[in-house]
Amino acid sequence: MAVTILFLGPLRDLAGKQALEVQAPLDWSGLLGAVGPQVAEQLAAQRVNVACAGKVLADKTRLNAFDGDEVALLPPVSGG
Amino acid sequence: MVARITIDTPLDVRLLDKGLSVGEALAAFNAAHGEAGGVVSFLGKVRPDGDVRALELSHYEPLTLPAMRELTETARDQFALDGALVWHRIGVMTPGEAIVLVATAARHRRDAFAAADYLMDHLKSAAWLWKREKRADGWHWIEPRGQDHEDIARWE
Repeated sequence: MAVTILFLGPLRDLAGKQALEVQAPLDWSGLLGAVGPQVAEQLAAQRVNVACAGKVLADKTRLNAFDGDEVALLPPVSGG
Repeated sequence: MVARITIDTPLDVRLLDKGLSVGEALAAFNAAHGEAGGVVSFLGKVRPDGDVRALELSHYEPLTLPAMRELTETARDQFALDGALVWHRIGVMTPGEAIVLVATAARHRRDAFAAADYLMDHLKSAAWLWKREKRADGWHWIEPRGQDHEDIARWE
């Protein structure tokens, strides 16, 4: 089993893929290391939110994802 | 003719991957709220702007609809609504097509107007949706506008 990292919106283009599977467990530094320098730079910015297992994290740096969890990287939204 | 759309819940929140039928939706919403003193609706459309050929909205299943439901519940409580309809398109749309339909029913019109305005401001800047436009030279992601954040700040 693994953790799936999902790239939403423009982060998908920046990552060059929609999803990435990495070894569980996954913490914040593991995430930054896994996504490549360009996405990591965006992630470090305040505007990008992180959801784990369907919940948006209040503090993304405390990410702690386990086997089977989906970690979604959520850039600023532009709906309506 | 039997109506093809029925609304049997006071808060009807949907993500739609195909065109939405505005007239039928509003007729069903009106029928579901016979006791309301006023119904306000807003229809947002893809603006025929310059060389925009298409627009695509993407969402994130675990978050987008649940958060839209929460938003609608907040609007109901804040503005004493009898009911609300919040339908948002996802997928690819062309200029002139509907993107979002919001309708609110309340005892008094001011609550209905304010709630529709509140819902739209929050859908624009706080719903988990990402928009990109197709122009002559390909797809471009749309950055959030400063105006959207000013609009939402009005309610704080």
